[in-house]
Amino acid sequence: MEDNKKLIEIKDLKVSFFTPAGEVKAVDGISYELGYNEVMGVVGESGSGKSVEAYSIIGLLQNPGKVTGGSITFEGEDLLAYTPEQMRQFRGNKVSMIFQNPMTCLNPVYTIGNQLMEALTVHDDKITKEEARARAIEMLEKVGINNAEKRINQYPHEFSGGMRQRAMIAMALICRPKLLIADEPTTALDVSIQAQILELMKELQKKENTSIIFITHNLGVVAEICDKVSVMYAGRIVEQAGVEELFYNPQHPYTKGLLASQPRLDEEEPERLIPIEGTPIDLLNPPTGCNFGPRCKNCMKICLTKKPPYADLGDGHISACWLHFKDLKGKKEE
Amino acid sequence: MLWYILKRLLASVGTLLVVLAITFFLMNAVPGSPFITEKSTPEQIAAANAKYGLDKPLIVQFKNYLVSYCHGDFGVSLKMQEGTPVTDILFHQGKFQLSIKLGLIALLVAVIIGIPLGCIAAYNRGTWLDGFLRVVTTIGVAIPGFVLATLLLVTFAVKLQWLPTISGSLDSFNVYVMPIVSLSFYYVCYLSKLTRTSMLDAINQDYIRTARAKGVTTKSIVIKHALRNSLIPVITYIGPVIAGIITGSFVVESTFSVPGLGKYFVQSVLARDYTVIMATTFVLSALVIFMNLVVDIAYKIVDPRITLSSRED
Ligand SMILES: Nc1ncnc2c1ncn2[C@@H]1O[C@H](COP(=O)(O)OP(=O)(O)OP(=O)(O)O)[C@@H](O)[C@H]1O
Ligand code: SF4
Ligand SMILES: [Mg+2]
Repeated sequence: MEDNKKLIEIKDLKVSFFTPAGEVKAVDGISYELGYNEVMGVVGESGSGKSVEAYSIIGLLQNPGKVTGGSITFEGEDLLAYTPEQMRQFRGNKVSMIFQNPMTCLNPVYTIGNQLMEALTVHDDKITKEEARARAIEMLEKVGINNAEKRINQYPHEFSGGMRQRAMIAMALICRPKLLIADEPTTALDVSIQAQILELMKELQKKENTSIIFITHNLGVVAEICDKVSVMYAGRIVEQAGVEELFYNPQHPYTKGLLASQPRLDEEEPERLIPIEGTPIDLLNPPTGCNFGPRCKNCMKICLTKKPPYADLGDGHISACWLHFKDLKGKKEE
Repeated sequence: MLWYILKRLLASVGTLLVVLAITFFLMNAVPGSPFITEKSTPEQIAAANAKYGLDKPLIVQFKNYLVSYCHGDFGVSLKMQEGTPVTDILFHQGKFQLSIKLGLIALLVAVIIGIPLGCIAAYNRGTWLDGFLRVVTTIGVAIPGFVLATLLLVTFAVKLQWLPTISGSLDSFNVYVMPIVSLSFYYVCYLSKLTRTSMLDAINQDYIRTARAKGVTTKSIVIKHALRNSLIPVITYIGPVIAGIITGSFVVESTFSVPGLGKYFVQSVLARDYTVIMATTFVLSALVIFMNLVVDIAYKIVDPRITLSSRED
């Protein structure tokens, strides 16, 4: 019974890029699970491994990237054991993805309709052209593109950025995937359009019951749409919790720093941002201790020698920081 | 679209005028005359000059050319086939047809071999095959056409005697092999390099990642998504290829004694057969201009972002 509620389960996933300079551990042992109809946000600084983690689910890791350990289980099936052909059939059908830059993500030489219909026909060789076309028009209408009958014959350059992202969403959802991975889908758009796209995704998520992994820099976006959040730092999930819990009761020093550095929409003076000091670590030479150690204000001796394990803070709230264990130890001693 | 073609045709008339003017004045700037031979007396030359109007001021002569061209009259040959209408020489002695046939085959070879080779190299980038193709194509674009033609002639016709030189008979296909190779080799290599580069560029684009995320097969990604985009820069180069094949034919036809327009043109320049020079220049320039128009329209078909009318703005 419990297993049925899990859509995807990732266990101790490790992904490395074998570059001439050495092995870059872009994802270094992350685990999470996502249920049906659930939206998880993944936040973290640039280079923390958010995209790499997502690409490894959908089998799109670029050379020289390789999964070096762990498992990805989707509806009980081991994705890492899939053949390339099985993986191809899986992509776009069970899991689809939308990307950051809608200006470059559509092929400029084919019509929007052609590209939408292709997403259908690659997974269903029995579908007729008329059916595919009707479905494409239906999807375009669903994502709020007016005049879809006419628009379907237009080329990407005749669409605005926001409309292209709508078309991308339509294309991603046309096969009714169980999971949608959205890699910063609003980052490249104007603020007002960002809000519209976000609203659209929220609405469609409810209608189509799609689970979403939503990758973003922006915690505001997370608060809008997600049920739970994973905070990534240097290839690891440092904290994970339900969305309210994370905002009102952040536990990890990095999460606290991230929250303090976010512009708040309800505040008048956005200058009061407090960026986290220091630069991200060099993934070629990660520290032996806590990855966040060099930048952490609370850094202790043990932090420099041993990686912190997860502390279970209840209700699915976990955090990887020695502080929690110090507290526990302190409590025990009292 | 129609409006665009009309505008382009009008502009072509201007281009042709300029080409004719340059040819005419350069031709006359070179000393000599079609009528000078060892035996000819000054009186004979003067008489011949008067007969063909060469005694008139240059500007009047040029005007006369233009006027008769407007009437579709290319005049008569002054020397090579004295008295024969140039139209007959160009079009009714098989010269134009032969050169066009050679040129088109060379163009086809360049496209049909060059583009797939580029795709193969891109698809196998970093392997020995890619390396091998790179060496070959680099050599190909470095060898001047006349050197290649001479090398082929010496090797295959003279030394090995595998392939015939042209000596009158044009029936056998073997006769065309060396001229076509000489005409197209550079362009095969160049197009292959160009396709490889633009293919690799296309493969790294975001829309390819989108296609992969949709579950499109590798074959379809290469052929449908990458190739069409990578052909855009390749097509722009087809115009210069056509011009290059035409000028290349002057050398190649002369080397292999192909009795085509290219060889005849070279001979007419040496003989200072002014009417033939002018008419050939006119015909070949018109051909290049026309082919460029065709290429631009093809460009538009492949790349929907280009609207032909707005490119004129
Ligand atoms: N093709 C590649 N070759 C080598 N290293 C790579 C490659 N792609 C990613 N990496 C490494 O993986 C790390 C994580 O990259 P990733 O793209 O997942 O970051 P991200 O969290 O998505 O950042 P951003 O917010 O900028 O998109 C990078 O720091 C980089 O070192
Ligand atoms: S483990 Fe130590 S260094 Fe790491 S975040 Fe916690 S306190 Fe900071
Ligand atoms: Mg990213």
